[in-house]
Amino acid sequence: MANIDQVTESILEKIDSEGFKQEGAYNLRYNGYSLCHGNTEHITIKRKEDKQGIDVYISGETKGEQVHIPVVVAASGMTDEVYNDFYIGDGAQVTIVAGCGIHNSGCDDSRHDGIHTFHVGENANVRYEEKHYGEGEGTGARILNPVTKIIVGKDSVFTLDTAQIKGVDSTKRETQVELGEGAKLFVVEKLMTHDNQSAVSDMDIHLNGPGSSAQIISRSVARGNSRQVFHPKAIGNALCRAHVQCDSIIMDQAQVCSIPEIDAKHVDAAIIHEAAIGRINNEQMIKLNTFGLGDEAAEAVIIENFLN
Amino acid sequence: MLEVKNLVFHPLDNGVEKSIIEDVSFTVEDGEMLVITGPNGGGKSTLAKLMMGIEKPDSGNIVMDGVDITGLSIAQRANMGIGFAFQQPPRFKGMTVKRLLSLAAGYEMPESKCCDYLSGVGLCAREYIDREVDNTLSGGEMKRLEIATVLAKPHKICIFDEPEAGIDLWSFSMLVKQFEKLHENKKESLILISHQERIIQMADRIMVVRDGKVESLDTRENVFPTLVNENTGCVCMNPAHRA
Repeated sequence: MANIDQVTESILEKIDSEGFKQEGAYNLRYNGYSLCHGNTEHITIKRKEDKQGIDVYISGETKGEQVHIPVVVAASGMTDEVYNDFYIGDGAQVTIVAGCGIHNSGCDDSRHDGIHTFHVGENANVRYEEKHYGEGEGTGARILNPVTKIIVGKDSVFTLDTAQIKGVDSTKRETQVELGEGAKLFVVEKLMTHDNQSAVSDMDIHLNGPGSSAQIISRSVARGNSRQVFHPKAIGNALCRAHVQCDSIIMDQAQVCSIPEIDAKHVDAAIIHEAAIGRINNEQMIKLNTFGLGDEAAEAVIIENFLN
Repeated sequence: MLEVKNLVFHPLDNGVEKSIIEDVSFTVEDGEMLVITGPNGGGKSTLAKLMMGIEKPDSGNIVMDGVDITGLSIAQRANMGIGFAFQQPPRFKGMTVKRLLSLAAGYEMPESKCCDYLSGVGLCAREYIDREVDNTLSGGEMKRLEIATVLAKPHKICIFDEPEAGIDLWSFSMLVKQFEKLHENKKESLILISHQERIIQMADRIMVVRDGKVESLDTRENVFPTLVNENTGCVCMNPAHRA
């Protein structure tokens, strides 16, 4: 068992909601190297030889297992670029828990760029959870720029659950998805920015196979002087269904720009988008006041649940 | 006891002062059920909001158990024991039914308790407990949940603004039973704004509010017959409804 320091333990608690343990299939990347890793009968993690990162092989026999691959950057001034590829066999049922936490107590910027590619076979069911978090008393920025590419095979289901909890000064998130015949995609993206932070999320969903479907739900809260830009795009290339929904709560002097885009290239493509930006609903505040909660507590409850 | 004394509310509407509540006074005794009825637009809901502190009066006082609460906030009044069920409750994206009930009760409510309160208003806990209080719930479901949030905590005074609105007949019967149970215990004073005959007939006293004024306030026996004969906007006047 590798020794994990207190700062890392605390970050792992924030970014791995399932609870990180050095058991089963796992790989903990710490300051640019693999601190510990483990395989199981059905899941093998191999270190890449040509560049930084890992290849994760999940066999079709995998039923209900979890893979934990958290990243912790605790060194100020570090730029960590990592390539993780996942090969998911036909019929596999797996939950992949990723996430990155940066603790920056220095004056130089710390940055992690995780480039993840998922090759999902047929009839598989994959849940991918990713939480991003930043902390530390230093003046150096905490920067996270994830790139996620997902190729989903026939009749497979892919659930992408991403959350930026707090403390990330700058993020540019790129997500590209290709859906095959009968493939289903569920995306829940939650994002909180505050102070002078900025977040940009571009998401391209290509519905290529007949019968494919996608549901994208994006919820964000922008406080302070932060800025957010969302650009989810659903492209229907076949008989397909897609629903894109972006909801944002705007506070203080923040700015939120939401640009949902739908692009139908097939007569049987049915795509819907909804986008809403607004301040905290006054009626919700009053309702919570009638429970005995003051304004500050009521506001915190609304935000917590909105991003739940 | 709740005492409402000479309440006046004249909000500005596009810069023009409107007379909504005109010198309204009444009391609600401990354990009493007071039903407020009257034509739409007469000021009933505004009166309820003034009691809860959602609106602030221009003059007059609200006194609860001898304490003047006119200047208190909504939360302060809630913490003194006033509960409020909205006519049109708001929806909360991301909040589960269980969480809402827990917030209403002031403690993390176990599932069995949630089940009691939900089944009390005709909702099956198993189906609802993890659902979000968003627009996937119908208007009737929202209303029943709203009433459950008030029932989830003991109060000194509960104010229900048209609890019957949007509720189906079957659920309505359950709701009436809940009010009867609350009233039997006599632990809470109940103020119900209603147009519904069955609710009006449960009242100890009935107050008719019209044009922002108290038109009549007396026992059920004395006021109810006048409702059937006069145009108060009460639905029990409608022969089709009575059938």
